[in-house]
Amino acid sequence: MSRQRDQAVLKNKPDNTAFTQQRLPAWQPFLSAGYVLPTFFLLGLVFIAIGLGLYFTSNNVIEIELEYTGRSPNSSCHHCTKNDTKDCKCNIEFKVDKTLPGPVFMYYELVNFYQNHRKYGVSRDDDQLNGDLKYLKEPSEYCFPFRQDGQNRPIAPCGAIANSMFNDSFVLYKVNNSEISKVPLNSKGISWWTDYNVKFNNPKLDNGTDLKQAFEGTVKPHNWPRPAYELDTNPENNGFINEDFIVWMRTAALPTFRKLYRRIDDGLQPGKYLVEISYNYPVLSFNGQKRVTFSTISWMGGRNPFLGIAYLVCGSVSIVTGIIMLIVYIKYQGQNIRKVE
Amino acid sequence: MPLFGKDCTRSKLQEEERYLKANDRNFNTKFHYVNNRIKTSKYNIFTFLPINLFEQFQRIANAYFLFLLVLQFIPQISSLSWYTTVVPLMLVLLITAVKDAIDDYHRYRSDNQVNNREVTILKDGKLQRGKWMHVEVGDVIRMENNHFVTADMLLLSSSEPYGLTYIETAELDGETNLKVKQALTVTSDMGENTQALASFDGEVRCEAPNNRLDKFKGTLTYKENKYPLDNEKILLRGCTLRNTEWCYGLVIFAGQDSKLMQNSGLSAFKRTNIDRLMNILVLWIFGFLIVMCTVLAIGNSIWESQKGYYFQVYLPWDVDTPNASFSGFLMFWSYVIILNTVVPISLYVSIEVIRLGSSFYIDWDSKMYYPKKDTPALARTTTLTEELGQIQYIFSDKTGTLTQNIMIFNKCTINGKMYGNVHDLSGQRIDITAKTEKVDFSFNPMADPKFVFYDHSLLEAVKIGDPEVHEFFRLLSLCHTVMPEEKQKGILIYQAQSPDEGALVTAARNFGFVFLSRTPETITLVEMGKTVVYELLSILDFDNVRKRMSVVVRHPDGKLYLYCKGADTIVFERLSASSQQLRDITTTHLDEFAGDGLRTLALAYKELNKVYFTNWQERYQEASTSLENREELLSELYEEIEKDLTLLGATAVEDKLQDGVPQTIETLSKANIKIWVLTGDKQETAVNIGYACNMLNEDMKNIFIIDGNNSEEVCVELRKASAIMRKEDQTEISIKQLKKPTFIPEENVDGEYGLVISGDLLAYALEDMEIDFLKTACLCKTVICCRVTPLQKAQVIELVKKYKKAITLAIGDGANDVSMIKAAHIGVGISGEEGTQAVLSSDFSFAQFRYLQRLLLVHGRWSYFRMCRFLSYFFYKNFAFTFVHFWYGFFCGFSAQTVYDEWFITLYNLMYTSLPVLAMSLFDQDVNDRWSMAYPQLYEPGQFNRYFNKLVFVKCIIHGVYSSLVLFFIPYGALFEAVRDDGETVSDYQSFALIAQTCLLVAVTLQIALDTSFWTAINHFFIWGSLAVYFAITFTMYSNGMYLMFPTSFPFIGTARNALNQPHVWLTIFLSAVMCVLPIIIVRYLSAELRPTSIDKLQLKIRKIKTLPPKPVVRRLKRPSARRSAYAFAHQQGFGALITSGKNMRIRNINYKPSKTVV
Repeated sequence: MSRQRDQAVLKNKPDNTAFTQQRLPAWQPFLSAGYVLPTFFLLGLVFIAIGLGLYFTSNNVIEIELEYTGRSPNSSCHHCTKNDTKDCKCNIEFKVDKTLPGPVFMYYELVNFYQNHRKYGVSRDDDQLNGDLKYLKEPSEYCFPFRQDGQNRPIAPCGAIANSMFNDSFVLYKVNNSEISKVPLNSKGISWWTDYNVKFNNPKLDNGTDLKQAFEGTVKPHNWPRPAYELDTNPENNGFINEDFIVWMRTAALPTFRKLYRRIDDGLQPGKYLVEISYNYPVLSFNGQKRVTFSTISWMGGRNPFLGIAYLVCGSVSIVTGIIMLIVYIKYQGQNIRKVE
Repeated sequence: MPLFGKDCTRSKLQEEERYLKANDRNFNTKFHYVNNRIKTSKYNIFTFLPINLFEQFQRIANAYFLFLLVLQFIPQISSLSWYTTVVPLMLVLLITAVKDAIDDYHRYRSDNQVNNREVTILKDGKLQRGKWMHVEVGDVIRMENNHFVTADMLLLSSSEPYGLTYIETAELDGETNLKVKQALTVTSDMGENTQALASFDGEVRCEAPNNRLDKFKGTLTYKENKYPLDNEKILLRGCTLRNTEWCYGLVIFAGQDSKLMQNSGLSAFKRTNIDRLMNILVLWIFGFLIVMCTVLAIGNSIWESQKGYYFQVYLPWDVDTPNASFSGFLMFWSYVIILNTVVPISLYVSIEVIRLGSSFYIDWDSKMYYPKKDTPALARTTTLTEELGQIQYIFSDKTGTLTQNIMIFNKCTINGKMYGNVHDLSGQRIDITAKTEKVDFSFNPMADPKFVFYDHSLLEAVKIGDPEVHEFFRLLSLCHTVMPEEKQKGILIYQAQSPDEGALVTAARNFGFVFLSRTPETITLVEMGKTVVYELLSILDFDNVRKRMSVVVRHPDGKLYLYCKGADTIVFERLSASSQQLRDITTTHLDEFAGDGLRTLALAYKELNKVYFTNWQERYQEASTSLENREELLSELYEEIEKDLTLLGATAVEDKLQDGVPQTIETLSKANIKIWVLTGDKQETAVNIGYACNMLNEDMKNIFIIDGNNSEEVCVELRKASAIMRKEDQTEISIKQLKKPTFIPEENVDGEYGLVISGDLLAYALEDMEIDFLKTACLCKTVICCRVTPLQKAQVIELVKKYKKAITLAIGDGANDVSMIKAAHIGVGISGEEGTQAVLSSDFSFAQFRYLQRLLLVHGRWSYFRMCRFLSYFFYKNFAFTFVHFWYGFFCGFSAQTVYDEWFITLYNLMYTSLPVLAMSLFDQDVNDRWSMAYPQLYEPGQFNRYFNKLVFVKCIIHGVYSSLVLFFIPYGALFEAVRDDGETVSDYQSFALIAQTCLLVAVTLQIALDTSFWTAINHFFIWGSLAVYFAITFTMYSNGMYLMFPTSFPFIGTARNALNQPHVWLTIFLSAVMCVLPIIIVRYLSAELRPTSIDKLQLKIRKIKTLPPKPVVRRLKRPSARRSAYAFAHQQGFGALITSGKNMRIRNINYKPSKTVV
């Protein structure tokens, strides 16, 4: 009884809880040999397994890459690099040795093109591209100097990204003993679903559905041959929701990048093929390169040996260090049992 | 605040002299003296925002962020949205502002409470109730018993005779004993006469407001007479009126001008070692930032001239960018913005939070709670906790710190018979335990129930009326300067000048010689139940030279007696020849007492011849009024009368050590902490306590006692000592001045040595040969400085701080320790007997010295460990984060493109990574408290800054650089021309940003998981919760809804869904995270294996034995034998050798000495 009375008097007595007395139950992991060594060996084995899997998957992907910049005078597109040529076309032939099962993806690729430059990357107006009528007429300041034309008319779509849209086009032919047949290219679904359905929207007027009317009062980007509302005849693929445009607007992270152009659903059978290129897009001035690439796909995407090799290296290193640590452990374990002084 | 308020204009007019007139407000207002309102709060509602912001932006990190914000509003430079800076800055400012506001509100409330206290003011001839804040200079006010003194004022009159007033100055200087003040006769004659007081028109001229508590100089002009005023007539604000029914005073200094307020505040702001290191590191980081930005800016210039110039087809240059170099210049600033995360703004806030957390742990620790006084430990300064883990030197006061400052009447010897030991039936001496039967004092209704004595034979001797024993206790109850106080009916409380005297008078009281009351001329005792009044004829007071005090009293039967008590050596010189035999027996007893570490006093008496005494008294009167050689004449008279004494016996008072002091000192010295004792006490006492605490022992090779007479001798002795310890040749000792180094390295010598030096010699040592002193002192295991003044205590600490660059801790309990508590890096106050002043100026306080080992070895070590872990991780995560931008610069044309989403940049430090590391720094333990205490050597890493220093910082940078390389190039390689499993590309900027930031977050989370060695539920929650929160927030921000609401703010729509459903993206994240962590595991494992630190070994051992450490064995330390403590009483006079005071004389004139004046 008296004890209870004592405690009532001690009003400053700290609470005796696990938290205040720093006695919370806790798990205390410890880097002991028993944990570290097996972890390293196990991790090494797992990594080597993943690495091998990735490496072979990547190697199974077939990729055909055709460079067509036309820098060297021998290349077939060299003539299109002259300044005075308009609507220039050039052809590149290639052979497929082994069947590329469908779907085969056709990419264009630019090298030394800085889509990731900060000033390039911000030069767009997402409000405008989302179909906001206000920003259609008054694009964001970030679009400068591709915001308005000389007469202060708003540019739609505004900005450096849109203005520099890639405008080479490709047609693929299969060559069968001098007989040429066009290979059907599917352009549907080449952009991200979210971009096509959410991020990009055509401006819509309340009264009508005509895209041209909606764009009235704006001008086309300076480099474009046609205004946005004439990119395609298919209204599902026209204006801001043109998939080629959307793909271009998803700017690349690195100065060498590849963008999806078309899908060949039936794949490519062995034989000769010919790509007819409408060569419009100048890159030579800044030492750029252009390529067109055909690639099959695996569960891990396209051909990319890097990840597989990285896993193999990392796995091997961890096994090697595991062995070193084991040796150290055997050699020094006697010392550590020494008493703590 | 020079910017705000009008006060500054007035304070510029330096007040040189104060001139005021009583009861004349009109006259006094001419001088614009401040009234009694005090204001310690800094802000009011309107000034809070500007002043607080102004103060906060004086912090370099905050100012830097403001600068960044300005940069971000320049469109050519802005590389990040404004919110990335504003959000963290606002949060930091807000947290600090709220903390400041709460602190200030508390000050405001306490100001208000003080300002609204009630006081009686004499106004317009009437007494009126008023508030403290309305009191003005020149007012006459009335105060009552137990009230606080309202302002500094001149005492006019009081209820007590001769205008005496008793005050307690605990709030001012921490001393709880009563002090006496006395009014001038001319004013005290007015008494309670309101009429007279209201018409009092004295004019006072005195010094201007200042902070000297012990000095006052002024004159009172009244009725054309001038009266000098000194400190004896002044009541200071903050004192409490005691034993005085009422008193009247004239306000001289009010409010802000009072000495209390002039003394408060302005205590130096202490910064920790880590703080100082951080300041250097922040400069390094700035340098680093500038180098990185310069590299990137140059890169940009080259890129723009070689590539960007030609790329203008698609990306034309800004109109205001004429050339590549200018672009580089702009890019420099853009990168300053982007790389700002290396300068950690949230670091300071986090550090404060962690320190606050550890301070709370200290407050909450039930093992530092002292139930007997209901006192918990208290972290009064919350910003120093981690420095507790780095202490190298402890400077300790003795009285009240090592000892309890409780004096216990333990033994005595009366007429050759020793009392106090307990014997069993066979006559064997037995140890006193809790079970030993105590002496029953129930026969005496006035006995103090707290007094404990074990030897029954003494009480029996009293009861059978042994005349020597009676005379012995009669002496004890007559010869002293104690003031009795009867707080409640029948309950006597003694107000003693020194605890020794209190103990002796209390002992007499319990043995039936109750000191009941005193008037100036009489002392009333209750002797064995019978009231006896003695006439007090003279007090021959104590001083340090005399080392004794005597009283002359007239017994009721008319006989005159002189009673004397004093140091044994002094008293023995004055004995009559008849006492020779008794003296020898007593001496052997005294030796035994000294061996037990007791303080002894010898007691003697003699009967005086009436004629002789009358004659002596006349000469005494003459001498005390003589103007020349008064001191000498008096001391001759004292010598004359105090001789031919008859020895009665001796008392032995125990200066009780606090519990566990020797063990604590032993543990702390095992932790490589050096302990120096700095005490005001005498050398003998200090050395005695040194032995008692096991700081000095007989196994020591040598104990150097420095006792030179002048500067040169001290110097030679110091050098000799140091030569002996270093085993150098002693012949070449010169007294040449050494060159002053800026740093004295640590040296080690064989064997243990001790050094004892006293204050007057220390004065030489500190003046001319501080280097010698320090070098010698640091070679010794124990240093004891005795009879040091408060100022010297601080000087010794400053010396060690200056040349040893060591972290110091001062621990003390009294007002005389305040200076050293303030001077040391960490000041610890013992909330003990000597009042609260030390506690008030301390950083940490608790009730018992022994808690120091827990404070340092557990709380300090953990705090330091946690803080260092925190800093290492914090720098690492910020470097890993920031350097990725640097590498990306090489691939994006040095265009200051960020790698991550701007929201991620904003939230990285604030949300995603702050809580796990905070949890680690609040809960982590490498070993638990029991092991920390059992292995004091674990404390050493802190003393040598092992866990966080510049090298560790560089390692953090290297670790961060390595991680950033992994975190950039693994995603780079994996995403190069990468596509999804449906053929769509995933190597776009947004996906890359998402993947890079996810890699980073997983990697740093794994790292904190690795760093956390103590996984509580909270750690689990925060670590895994942070990852979960990251994904939740990311998916939310990248959702359709957020985009449709704010398209430009959340342009990353769909990125998370499209990238994170790819297996190879996850494999990338997994690989980079593992690659970041694996090398750290290798390094940690191998270093623990190859070069195990003491903590590694201990952890291994704990794993093995899986039990708690053995409880520390409480050993009874053997007392030193044959050491003699010739101790006199009144230990406060210890440094009287330096400060001599002649104040006592005046009071003696009225033949009444209620209490010794304290120096």
